[in-house]
Amino acid sequence: MSTSTTADFRTRLQDWLPKVVLAPSFAVILLFVYGFIAFTVVLSFTGSKMLPKFDFIGFTNYAKLFALQHWTTAVVNLAIFATLYIAISMAVGLMLAIFLDQKIRGEGLLRPLYLYPMALSFIVTGTAWKWFLDPGIGLEKTMHLWGWESFHFTWIKDSDMAIYTIVIAAVWQTSGFVMAMFLAGLRGIDNEILKAAQIDGASNWQLYRRIVIPMLRPAFLSAFVILFHLAIKSYDLVVALTGGGPGRATELPATFMYSYTFTRNQMGIGASSAVIMLMTIAAIMVPYLYSELKEKP
Amino acid sequence: MAAVTQDTAVSTGRVTRTFLYVVLGVFALFYLLPLYVMGVNSVKPLAEITGGNMMALPRVWTLEPWRAAWSTAQIGIEPTGLRPYFLNSILMVVPAVAISTVLGALNGYVLTKWRFRGDTIVFGLMLFSCFIPFQIVLIPMALVLGKLGLAGSVPGLVMVHVVYGIGFTTLYYRNYYASFPTELVRAAMMDGAGFFQIFWRIMLPVSGPITVVSVIWQFTNIWNDFLFGASFGGTSQPMTVALNNLVQSSTGVKEYNVHFAGAILAALPTLFVYIVAGRYFVRGLMAGSVKG
Amino acid sequence: MGFLDISHVTKSYGQVQVLHEVDIAVQEGEFLVLVGPSGCGKSTLLNMIAGLEAISSGDIAIKGRVINGVHPSKRNIAMVFQSYALYPNMTVGQNMTFGLEMHGVPKPARDAALADVAKLLQIDHLLDRKPGQLSGGQRQRVAMGRALVRNPDVFLFDEPLSNLDAKLRVDMRTEIKKLHQKLKTTIVYVTHDQIEAMTLSTRIAVMNKGYVQQLGTPKEIYDTPANLFVATFMGSPAMNILPATVVMEGGQPHAEITDADGARRLLRFSQGNLAEWADKPILLGIRPEAITDPEGADRKSANIQPLANRVTVTEPAGSDTFVTMTLSGKDVIARMRADAMVAPGEVFDFAINMDKAVAFDPATEARIPQ
Ligand SMILES: Nc1ncnc2c1ncn2[C@@H]1O[C@H](COP(=O)(O)OP(=O)(O)OP(=O)(O)O)[C@@H](O)[C@H]1O
Ligand SMILES: [Mg+2]
Repeated sequence: MSTSTTADFRTRLQDWLPKVVLAPSFAVILLFVYGFIAFTVVLSFTGSKMLPKFDFIGFTNYAKLFALQHWTTAVVNLAIFATLYIAISMAVGLMLAIFLDQKIRGEGLLRPLYLYPMALSFIVTGTAWKWFLDPGIGLEKTMHLWGWESFHFTWIKDSDMAIYTIVIAAVWQTSGFVMAMFLAGLRGIDNEILKAAQIDGASNWQLYRRIVIPMLRPAFLSAFVILFHLAIKSYDLVVALTGGGPGRATELPATFMYSYTFTRNQMGIGASSAVIMLMTIAAIMVPYLYSELKEKP
Repeated sequence: MAAVTQDTAVSTGRVTRTFLYVVLGVFALFYLLPLYVMGVNSVKPLAEITGGNMMALPRVWTLEPWRAAWSTAQIGIEPTGLRPYFLNSILMVVPAVAISTVLGALNGYVLTKWRFRGDTIVFGLMLFSCFIPFQIVLIPMALVLGKLGLAGSVPGLVMVHVVYGIGFTTLYYRNYYASFPTELVRAAMMDGAGFFQIFWRIMLPVSGPITVVSVIWQFTNIWNDFLFGASFGGTSQPMTVALNNLVQSSTGVKEYNVHFAGAILAALPTLFVYIVAGRYFVRGLMAGSVKG
Repeated sequence: MGFLDISHVTKSYGQVQVLHEVDIAVQEGEFLVLVGPSGCGKSTLLNMIAGLEAISSGDIAIKGRVINGVHPSKRNIAMVFQSYALYPNMTVGQNMTFGLEMHGVPKPARDAALADVAKLLQIDHLLDRKPGQLSGGQRQRVAMGRALVRNPDVFLFDEPLSNLDAKLRVDMRTEIKKLHQKLKTTIVYVTHDQIEAMTLSTRIAVMNKGYVQQLGTPKEIYDTPANLFVATFMGSPAMNILPATVVMEGGQPHAEITDADGARRLLRFSQGNLAEWADKPILLGIRPEAITDPEGADRKSANIQPLANRVTVTEPAGSDTFVTMTLSGKDVIARMRADAMVAPGEVFDFAINMDKAVAFDPATEARIPQ
């Protein structure tokens, strides 16, 4: 008997139609994301200045990059910023979520209040905090007018402290969002487990430390991944809040890349700094996405 | 034993509860303060800001800073106010949101209901594109936009935002459709519905919630973008870039009240969307934590 | 050649073969039930008939036309899904006529067909509701209605009753049976519930691990199971299986077993041809209802063998009492009349209907023909 598996026209059409529909998006991503990444990687090995040139000079750009004081400052700043930003946002977010989860009256009002900064542009956030922290018209002056003459808060003008003002503004913007993630995690915990723990005699503190917080592991992971990639991509906030200053005190790799590529005409070095940024994110994101996507049917 | 109901609340004493409310209240102030400062100072004459208290309510109320920010303030070299840039942003956001959402819906539909060998890899590649630092694509994008004659134009910005938004919209729709029973699609197939008929008649009618999420997400992201606007905006800069130019301009007196009014203008559309549909937005952010 | 022919059909997912050379010919008007444990490939086979899964090799034909590769909607079949798969955004009426609409049937004809089927299934009053506003049983009816409206050549059911509670399941089972008797449609029905299989079917295909173990009428499957798997899968409580040895006594084959106290006992077989197995081990299969008290024994049986044995446990279940004892080191269940006076611990005189006993080859697990 013939095993004729030739499908009819309708079936064959239905077979390739989905792929045809997906193809443009995928092609665009392949070209504009992965193609461009490849292009930038290639550029980072060339001596391009104002325009791309394909004179390969090996790892020279990378060597130069890591010899630059400017880049070192940016990397150190990023390390400080990312660590504090992620840690404080998570701590604040977790605390607010746990507190809000105690049958608080007015939760419906507080939640959107904590969250609304998420809806703002970093440029708006930066503008607001820039003036709020400006000693001449902002917080310091207000305190003086209210009679606290010795109040002193000039971090934004202080090269050693300015990076922390970026942390403050960034935490302000995203900690409410982290709170929402943790709150969703808390609400997803099966109450029977908590009842069982209470019957077992766990105190409130033990209940949270031993049962609830460990069960929030997925929320911690998601929050970390999102904050981490936001930290490395941070650009607008610095531009609006400090413009990278005072001096270069708040330069981050993102602002470094922009100024080297587009204002200093050191495209090769700019490209190599972008590659370093990508590799840093990929080191966290690739394993994360891999574990999220594998073994799903 | 405390009665545990819908939350993980534990039984607490009076003192503890007071402490909870105080902490929550202090944080509420922390989140509100910058908005309050911008608000009150945008309706004060400049002299009251430089001479007075940032926290105080205006003695003389004025809408002049708002008018100035909207239509006369110096942006770059032209005294146009933010109005033309606001328009640029609208012209950029609406098509970019529409196109990326439609593509995301179709992609999510294919990736969940018409699975094929290698679909997970395709999705993984699309998903990773959400997380790349955009610095890595700035240089080639500038070249390509130039070649296409789209540099410094609104269509150019639309294209950029669509390209880098597809990953997110696809993620949202894929996660949403993944929990949509495949048996329904099979039933529709047996009923004789084709690929687009199933999408149109079966999937789309139940996609309301995720479409709200995708639209809000894309709208806030694109409206708030600065990097692409600053890099490729040219003469068609969006609102965020114009606001930054207004605030950072080094010429003349710093008109703080105008800056604040401008900042609020830039924030209004997203704040509005957030107030109207914020609940869905939060739900969407949850879905954003890549759950299959 | 049948109405629906499944010939040499196999299915593989990559390296894993989940169906092996399935051959079933379904006659017109037949109610074929595919039954087997979870994961044995029932749904896969049904989906291949529906066209929802590609056929790896072999052919499926309806009315002599090979339909491999034909689009599901062009096969003139309808399917009722386990989850009912009702379109949540459409009313009951729209759900039921969606298929006709897709096939370009004009509205008056659709409405007429809808009215007929709605009346038949007594769901006329539900037509404007959304599926979310229906009970489980009503959804089940609507799902069947959607299939009926199409008036297909073959109906496919994939565990349609498994989402209903026990009482409703029995009611719907009767209803499906009535419907089939009235409409005389050809049905292929998947279930892993052997009672459903026995009550509904005109023929049963028992499947395991991708193989059709036996294809036959419910009676054939129950009384003459092809192998140990079919024997133990069909029937509840399951058939008792005892290791035994065939011995010849007075020229007749007997099964030699041991009782609860380890004493040797002989049960005479009704059939003579087991003589070839003299002095060899076999597996003896006796259904619980073939072990009774002497008064409850089947009067038509020509071969009732007495067996006194110690009772371990008694479980009264209303209509019957299940009695457990030990034979050849195995727990054996007997199904007694409710008023049989049996007490645990006592030695009771059982009667075994050896006409119903079957024997299996321990090596191949196939039934030894008698
Ligand atoms: N897409 C697939 N890829 C790989 N293996 C599959 C796939 N679909 C089904 N299988 C395997 O094929 C076998 C048969 O599956 P099938 O769904 O037909 O079982 P079933 O008899 O309907 O079981 P159940 O009673 O649980 O519904 C199973 O072992 C299953 O794991
Ligand atoms: Mg199944």
